[in-house]
Amino acid sequence: MSSTLLDAPAPPRQEIRRKRRPPYLPWLLLSATMVLLGVLTGFPLVRLVVMSFQEYERAQLMGLPAEWVGFDNYAAILTDVDGFWTVLARSFVLMVVLVVVTIVLGMLVALLMMRVGKAMRLLVSVGLLLAWAMPSLAATTVWGWLFDTQYGVVNNLLTKITGDRWFGYSWLLDPLSFFVIVTCIVVWGAVPFVAFTLYAGLTQIPEEVIEAAQLDGASAFQRFRLIQLPYVRSIVTVLVVLSMIWDLKLFTQVFVLQDIGGDRELTSTIGVYIYQTGMAQGHYGVASAIGVIFVIVMLAIAYPYVRRTLREEEL
Amino acid sequence: MINIRKRLADTGFGVLALMVFVLSAFPVYWMVSTSFLPNNRIRGENLAFFPTPDVFTLDNYRAAIFSPRAPFAPAVLNSIGVTFLTLVIALVVGFVASLALTRFQFKGRRTFIVLILVVQMIPGEAMIISMFRIIDGWQLLNTIIGLTLVYTAGVLPFTIWTLRGFVNGVPKELEEAAMIDGCSRAGAFWRVTFPLLAPGLVATGVFAFIQAWNEFVTALVIMQRPEAMTLPLWLRTFVQATQATNWGAVMAASVLIAIPAVIFFLIVQGRMTGGLVSGAVKG
Repeated sequence: MSSTLLDAPAPPRQEIRRKRRPPYLPWLLLSATMVLLGVLTGFPLVRLVVMSFQEYERAQLMGLPAEWVGFDNYAAILTDVDGFWTVLARSFVLMVVLVVVTIVLGMLVALLMMRVGKAMRLLVSVGLLLAWAMPSLAATTVWGWLFDTQYGVVNNLLTKITGDRWFGYSWLLDPLSFFVIVTCIVVWGAVPFVAFTLYAGLTQIPEEVIEAAQLDGASAFQRFRLIQLPYVRSIVTVLVVLSMIWDLKLFTQVFVLQDIGGDRELTSTIGVYIYQTGMAQGHYGVASAIGVIFVIVMLAIAYPYVRRTLREEEL
Repeated sequence: MINIRKRLADTGFGVLALMVFVLSAFPVYWMVSTSFLPNNRIRGENLAFFPTPDVFTLDNYRAAIFSPRAPFAPAVLNSIGVTFLTLVIALVVGFVASLALTRFQFKGRRTFIVLILVVQMIPGEAMIISMFRIIDGWQLLNTIIGLTLVYTAGVLPFTIWTLRGFVNGVPKELEEAAMIDGCSRAGAFWRVTFPLLAPGLVATGVFAFIQAWNEFVTALVIMQRPEAMTLPLWLRTFVQATQATNWGAVMAASVLIAIPAVIFFLIVQGRMTGGLVSGAVKG
């Protein structure tokens, strides 16, 4: 086909577009979204900030007017070393551990998938998919059952292997082993996504590059450090930021493990702490202030990711 | 020499792969296996590792479904209702919004997209308190409508973002070609673009489904009455430690909740990793 044939219809095409598209049409299409997000995200956010400056307890729930208390709620939180700061530090330490373990294991599994044959790779994929698909709540109950004090299979196997009696050993009572189990649950559920994503990235590296390095005598570790890792560096960055966001928001796993038998005082992470302070103890004002701080922290963590996405999409 | 070494390494990595499979699949297997075992083979040191025909039982499912503490039927209906409504509303609203953001050039478009991205990063866990007060103020606590509204707003940014990617993937020129051939604008869209978007709509819808089906925190705050519970809250009643946990029933309940989520997840999982990589491997 000649290029004149292709070029010819161009002017009328633009005319069609101009005529049929009134300027308010896109906003009409966006109106439902704006209403929903305005009323159910914007308004709650504003309300959260407002409540964080009020004295809001059970009495206010019953209709007593809420008094303005300025920064009192914030002052109470920020001076509460045993409560707020401990919870915040705990959440951050847990987040760092979870992210590091998830990314390292995910990378190792991805490299393993590169190395083994087709059949084994399929087997690994099936296992990973099962773990990935499990709802986090069901995953928590299952892991709670695996580590059950009386009849858990872990205690059973440990007894058989070590010869000591592990029956009756409570994993959830001690905060440290409580968080070991939280780590198991979260990492087990998160590694598949990381491994599949990294594997997809690794397979896109041209084979010649790796072969050339091999001929030049690079060891497996050198090939990983000097070729594979730089290739997938941008993927790793995205995965780290996403994992940070997900792991800091951790709620279900911690909350339900506490139900099964953990110490709420010693194991709450920030989301659970907001629920405990607000919904359980009735200090809605203080809990709102913690919520505001939480939102600010999350947005700060997400900021580089948002910027990066916008740059990549060339907006 | 080298050959033997390579074969040894191959075997070693094969064993490692097998270990990865066992570690990731075992908890799921254990959940299913336990759910079919009688109590005397779950408890005690004489553990059964497989529900052989002589011990196989459905008692746990009976115990879970007919639990006096929390009725199963209303929980299922609540979950299905909320999930279905969230899915439909989020898809329709998100779809027209993604059209506006991809097929139109207008002032404020970029700002809107940035806003969608930022809103996606606001943790719902932080807002449970004000959300509780607002839904209470509207008299919508313990109602499917109240929870659906919160869920829809929760999944909408993700829905718009994903659908935007899918719509961008269908070249505008296809539509324009159809219009030159005499189609109206709407006709070109319905006959050309929409069929090409169907898989994207299905994938996005399934993600909305999974999120709403599995959601826990908001439901915990908004659906406090026993008859208003969704399935995750119903499952939680089994492990709240007031007496010895009936683990057989808990595992049966977990299986019941996990089945729809797992099935739908397996349908669309391929699209999950694809998106991140195609955008990120540019180096």
